[in-house]
Amino acid sequence: MTAGETARTGADGNGGGRTVSRGARDERRLGLWLCAPAAVVMLLVTGWPIVYSVLLSLQRYDLRFPGRRAWIGLANYGTVLTSGFWWNAVWVTVVVTVVSVVIELVLGMAIALVMYRTLTGRGLVRTAVLIPYGIVTVAAAYGWKYAWTPGTGWLAGFLPAGSAPLTQHWPALLIIILAEVWKTTPFMSLLLMAGLALVPEDALKAAAMDGASAWQRFRLVVLPLMAPTIYAALLFRILDAVRIFDDIYVLTNGAQNTSSVSIIAYHNLISGLNLGIGSTMSVLIFLGVSVVPVLFVKVLGASAPGQDRGR
Amino acid sequence: MAEIAMEGLTKRYPDGTVAVDRFDLTIADGEFIILVGPSGCGKSTTLNMIAGLEDISEGELRIDGERVNERAPRERDIAMVFQSYALYPHMTVRENIGFPLRLAKVDKADSERRINETAHLLDLEELLDRKPVHLSGGQRQRVAMGRAIIRDPKAFLMDEPLSNLDAKLRVQMRTMISRLQKRLGTTTVYVTHDQTEAMTLGDRIVLMRRGVVQQIGSPEELYDHPCNLFVAGFIGSPSMNFLPAEVTDQHLTTVIGDVPLTAEMRRAIADHDAPKELILGLRPEAFDDPRAGRRRNFDGRPHTFTGHVDILESLGSEKLAYLALDDSGAVQSEHLAEAFSGGTERMSLQLVAHLDPKSPAREGEDILLDFDPSAAHLFDPDSGLNLTNSR
Amino acid sequence: MRGNARARWAFLDLLVLVYALVPVVWIASLSFKEPATVGRGTFWPTKWTWSNYSGIFKNDDFVRGLVNSIGIGLISTAIAIVLGTMAAYAVARLSFPGRNAVIGLSLLISMFPQISLVTPLFQIERGLGLFNTWPGLILPYVTFALPLTIYTLSTFFREIPWDLEKAATMDGATPLQAFRMVIVPLAVPGVVTTAILAFIVCWNDFLFSISLTSSNAARTAPATISFFTGSSQFEDPTGSIAAAAVVITIPIVVFVLVFQRRIVSGLTSGAVKG
Repeated sequence: MTAGETARTGADGNGGGRTVSRGARDERRLGLWLCAPAAVVMLLVTGWPIVYSVLLSLQRYDLRFPGRRAWIGLANYGTVLTSGFWWNAVWVTVVVTVVSVVIELVLGMAIALVMYRTLTGRGLVRTAVLIPYGIVTVAAAYGWKYAWTPGTGWLAGFLPAGSAPLTQHWPALLIIILAEVWKTTPFMSLLLMAGLALVPEDALKAAAMDGASAWQRFRLVVLPLMAPTIYAALLFRILDAVRIFDDIYVLTNGAQNTSSVSIIAYHNLISGLNLGIGSTMSVLIFLGVSVVPVLFVKVLGASAPGQDRGR
Repeated sequence: MAEIAMEGLTKRYPDGTVAVDRFDLTIADGEFIILVGPSGCGKSTTLNMIAGLEDISEGELRIDGERVNERAPRERDIAMVFQSYALYPHMTVRENIGFPLRLAKVDKADSERRINETAHLLDLEELLDRKPVHLSGGQRQRVAMGRAIIRDPKAFLMDEPLSNLDAKLRVQMRTMISRLQKRLGTTTVYVTHDQTEAMTLGDRIVLMRRGVVQQIGSPEELYDHPCNLFVAGFIGSPSMNFLPAEVTDQHLTTVIGDVPLTAEMRRAIADHDAPKELILGLRPEAFDDPRAGRRRNFDGRPHTFTGHVDILESLGSEKLAYLALDDSGAVQSEHLAEAFSGGTERMSLQLVAHLDPKSPAREGEDILLDFDPSAAHLFDPDSGLNLTNSR
Repeated sequence: MRGNARARWAFLDLLVLVYALVPVVWIASLSFKEPATVGRGTFWPTKWTWSNYSGIFKNDDFVRGLVNSIGIGLISTAIAIVLGTMAAYAVARLSFPGRNAVIGLSLLISMFPQISLVTPLFQIERGLGLFNTWPGLILPYVTFALPLTIYTLSTFFREIPWDLEKAATMDGATPLQAFRMVIVPLAVPGVVTTAILAFIVCWNDFLFSISLTSSNAARTAPATISFFTGSSQFEDPTGSIAAAAVVITIPIVVFVLVFQRRIVSGLTSGAVKG
């Protein structure tokens, strides 16, 4: 490995510039070689399937009737985009995403403040918060499912007799959101706590001396300084939330119109074995999700994570 | 131990910036050389080129007469002390100091002996089994020194080795480094931005600015005979006073009165075909308060003037008087702006005089001062050149 | 005043603890209930039993699922770490054309909706004979672990004081020696942390596992649990599902608790600067 040699000349600090010498050429070649395997794997496993799913989405292709396979242009897109089930899934996905991310942001900020500022038991709180993060999503989802199952669950016991929340549309959605929020808020609060640590104590003291109340300090000093962290955390979480699958699969499996787009695409593929429609949904989901970061950068003016991180 | 020769050493980056421009210097065996200058002057780049950490764009570097431009750092047999100390955090002090020997495959017993010797020399014996995290700044600095001296290299390179220490420790370590270098007699190149360190440590000082060597000489030479405004302003603390001066037949007209031209000044003005407007440079130490008794013998007749003491700093062994001058006292020169890190305004609107502690001067009162005109320097404001520099 | 503040914080601490722990305790408690008492709906078991645990370990599908999870997880993590370390080193330390493309690509993939891959991969893997095999799951796992690996590790690499590498060369080390004796020992903690995070990603997966497998040949534990039915071992699978949920959660919780500090810094390193 010649990493050391070439790296040394390349990373040479203060000047910034470097000669286009043999060292620089070696450095470029080494950089490309080191990145190549990872890039190739990522491209092969995502790039080719994306192209392939576009191709599949233009065909009538149902594994139960392979003989009727044919190129049908955009007809699949017409089918999906006029389907009430699809639009309901889009609606559910949006509702779950928006509601859970909003709750996570508020709750996550509260927990972050507690973890960061508490006078006692700081280590204990920070440890405990990691547990929901560590739990396998499916395992946690079963916990919530049984907790709300009439007869079995301790939470169901608080409800009026005879109610079965998971068999009704809105209560089921709320439980899905609850499961999602519980599991992912700790991640949010860890990110936000790291952001809190970036707020200089002196700025807070100065604000206090200038007569700012605790709430004013939070709103006028802490929040603006944390804005980049908050944007990044929101972006991460939104992109993660729209993929929601595990919780819904376990809690309702899409019953009572609680399918997210991931669930409905999955059912078209595995239960329906309809590759054409399944792929069309895949492509639509991919396109839909791609819009999120663009919107994010446009609307909030946030810099995309990963920018300005290089030398 | 070795002689290091640099001929036309140049560092040019791909974007065209020249970090070091035709650096010429021959460092004698055992000499202690200081590279000094404001940040960005190219002193560290020069050091890195000697070390082999940066490519040499043009010119030649010879160690003991052999060209080493193309050699890797480890083939040059030079040790380096870094500003950050660069101690290996996962190794104990013993392992850190012994690392060069381990790489050189020195046998166990020999290496053990040399580690102990080095530790003894640097007073590190108690700390040998500690990790760097558990050391104070001064201790880390000594470990870094130990790692450099243990393999008895041809030369030491030190890149601002004291700048991470607090003021008091810095003075202590300065003495230690000086003593150590004299004892070992190893050729040393030392980079700093601090003129006090430069003055106290080096046999010779190389003062750089924007990649170009301004002056090379002993501390006394740079202090007494600065070749231009930049050197004059950079060396010395407090800095030299600079006043605009207009040349007339017999005098220099300045805000502190008409200073008679000395024979040397006349010659300098004639030789250089100097303009009418010059800059008069006077070290704070050039002034005397006649009431406190005379500290030195003047060659000629002293020039006497009266000033108003704005601020008086009493440092025990000496007094510093800051005299307010009217606004016409301000000297504007780009050569000076760089020499004073704090900018020129504060420096030029007042005059600093270094007085005997017995001086009865009082803040807010007028004071009579005199100075020897032959101790004054005359500079060309455009080129910055010191006209009175006899050499 | 001061004691009052402490009490207030202690109360808030308690709320957070309740939030984090009660649902976990509930699953654990469920897993210790006698199947006959599950229907009573109490929070704590009325009668404690290990039978759910002994039951699931007698269930071949579950044991096989655990083996698959561990094997596939470890192999995927190892591959992702090797490839990711190389790429992260390059991204953090070298200047080369395409550096930003690599960062962009990993960012894109970390945002990618997995479901969009499931349909085409399902068909592609069936064509290549990878469907329902270990490699069939390892491929997507590596792909989705790589962005995380590259991000986290390049942050770690940036924090290594690279003056040390210069110092080592000045001390007489060859580039290889400088790398092996100075850089590697400093990079190991970062690599370990990243490996744990990558393993958690693989271990936690459910979607690929239920979509790209059709039997216990490659199906991982979380997917296996969702196939538990009352008829296999007991009438009511609730207890065994709870026990299985606890079993697959334990290793991750242990990891997380043991490497707590490092995991937090690893998780947040990418986001704070971004």
